[in-house]
Amino acid sequence: MLELVDLHVYRGATHVLRGISMTVDEGEVVALIGANGAGKTTTLQTVSGLLRPRTGEVTLRSQGRRIALAAQAPEAIVRLGVVHCPEGRQVFASLSVEENLMIGAYARRQRTGIAADLARVHDLFPILAERRAQRAGSLSGGEQMMLAVGRALMARPRLLLLDEPSLGLAPQMVETIFAVIRDLNRAGVTILLVEQNAAMALELAHRGYVLENGTIALSGPAEALLADEQVKHAYLGIAG
Amino acid sequence: MGRGLVALGLGAAAVAVMQASFNDYLLTLASIILINVMLTTSLSLTNGLTGLFSLGHPAFMTIGGYVAAILTYPARRKGFMMPELPEALAVQQWDLLPSLLVGGTAAALIAVLVGFPVLRLRGHYLAVATLGLIIIVKVLVNNMDGYTRGGLGLNGLPQLTNLWWVFGWTALSIIVCWRIKHSSLGRTMMALRENYMAAQCMGVSALGISLIAFVTGAFFAGVAGGLMAHLITVITPGTYSVVLAFNLVVMIVVGGNGSLTGAIVATVILSIASEALRPVEEALELYGLSQVILALCLILMLIYRPGGLFGSAEPALVRRWFTRRSP
Repeated sequence: MLELVDLHVYRGATHVLRGISMTVDEGEVVALIGANGAGKTTTLQTVSGLLRPRTGEVTLRSQGRRIALAAQAPEAIVRLGVVHCPEGRQVFASLSVEENLMIGAYARRQRTGIAADLARVHDLFPILAERRAQRAGSLSGGEQMMLAVGRALMARPRLLLLDEPSLGLAPQMVETIFAVIRDLNRAGVTILLVEQNAAMALELAHRGYVLENGTIALSGPAEALLADEQVKHAYLGIAG
Repeated sequence: MGRGLVALGLGAAAVAVMQASFNDYLLTLASIILINVMLTTSLSLTNGLTGLFSLGHPAFMTIGGYVAAILTYPARRKGFMMPELPEALAVQQWDLLPSLLVGGTAAALIAVLVGFPVLRLRGHYLAVATLGLIIIVKVLVNNMDGYTRGGLGLNGLPQLTNLWWVFGWTALSIIVCWRIKHSSLGRTMMALRENYMAAQCMGVSALGISLIAFVTGAFFAGVAGGLMAHLITVITPGTYSVVLAFNLVVMIVVGGNGSLTGAIVATVILSIASEALRPVEEALELYGLSQVILALCLILMLIYRPGGLFGSAEPALVRRWFTRRSP
């Protein structure tokens, strides 16, 4: 579904991604793990069009078509069904919870089914229904993360790019979010998941990539990575 | 909508009463205050809702004002006042409404030209670019003296603006801004203001939405420039200056970023206050006192109530009156 080929991306003068190649197949959950500064967020931002690659290809295969995402504006990429849920609970603080969710539906071509999707998001996260008229900025951290995920779902993603959904959340909340991600994937949404919590991400994912200093250090089935001595040592906190 | 018509009717009744009972000075003052309201409500689309910082209103007023003034100018005097005007235009003498519309459209077109490159950038580029635009427009008007009489300005314009025209345009400006704010378009503007990256992630076209806010504001500024020129019957390159841009920004900040009610209330209060201070300035020979007081208002507001009078929202009373369904 998504293919990155020899991607080089700069942030200002910094060469962040140094030749990354990876694929995400339809229906998969793919985890992208790595240390701070390895380039995980940069990868997602390049796919969603917020950053432009210096060289290399980002290709979306969708309904028999091949689309070069690197040439598209962020809003066009959202319309293709690739939705990026950015790191760190990026909600619209002074708007209400409901308004935040409605902005998620902004880019949809067909306006039908918005009410049904809103009901589905409320089912997944009942707290958002309870707080619908409240300012998003007044929610707790976990609730804001749920709102950010719910808002991304309102765009009806076919490929969801999730950046650190567990960051700073209580363990209970992390379980909730991960359960929702698993349900989404079962409902047919392809997911590219960036996580520092490598153990949880690899338990959920089908496959994984390990990013180190802007290059792919390791890749393979999630179980294999979980069993890998190097990964255990560096990312799972298990002495090898 | 029914409630909106009631408010419009009340406003019209107030205008009728003012027309019948006010002297010329008070009528002109009321018109100027309403034009200021039109300017701040339209500027609040960019500076309030979208979180852009434009100083461009005086430039757009100058463009709209000169275009409208050239169109309404008496044909028999055009020959020696504007010698370079093409023959086709020199024999024309238009009514106020089409002249205002052309003036507003000219301002909007310039806004597209300026906005298209500048609004791609984030940060304070728009403030710098619009500040530059004020100066560029002023220099152009000064030097195109075959059309504009340069620094002398155009005087003796027909006094076509009255309180009714001003009321109509101000009402239109408020209605347009209110409807934008309470539509999905307004929501995306506020989303850009609140969190630029997250808005982009949700498929909001930052350039497109910013352009709509900027160009709509410029149109109303152009019309307001024309209205003002035909009220005070004169327009010069310096009539609408950086000082005006500063005053408008202060009114919006004091009213609350994105609150139309706030912008209106702050504009009326600050406009009346600066007029009331005029005799004091003259008596004490402290010219510029009202500017100092305005600046102090801004500083005090930023310290003690940084959200402005009403924050970003409309006060509950106003919101309930105009929207029947619960928010």
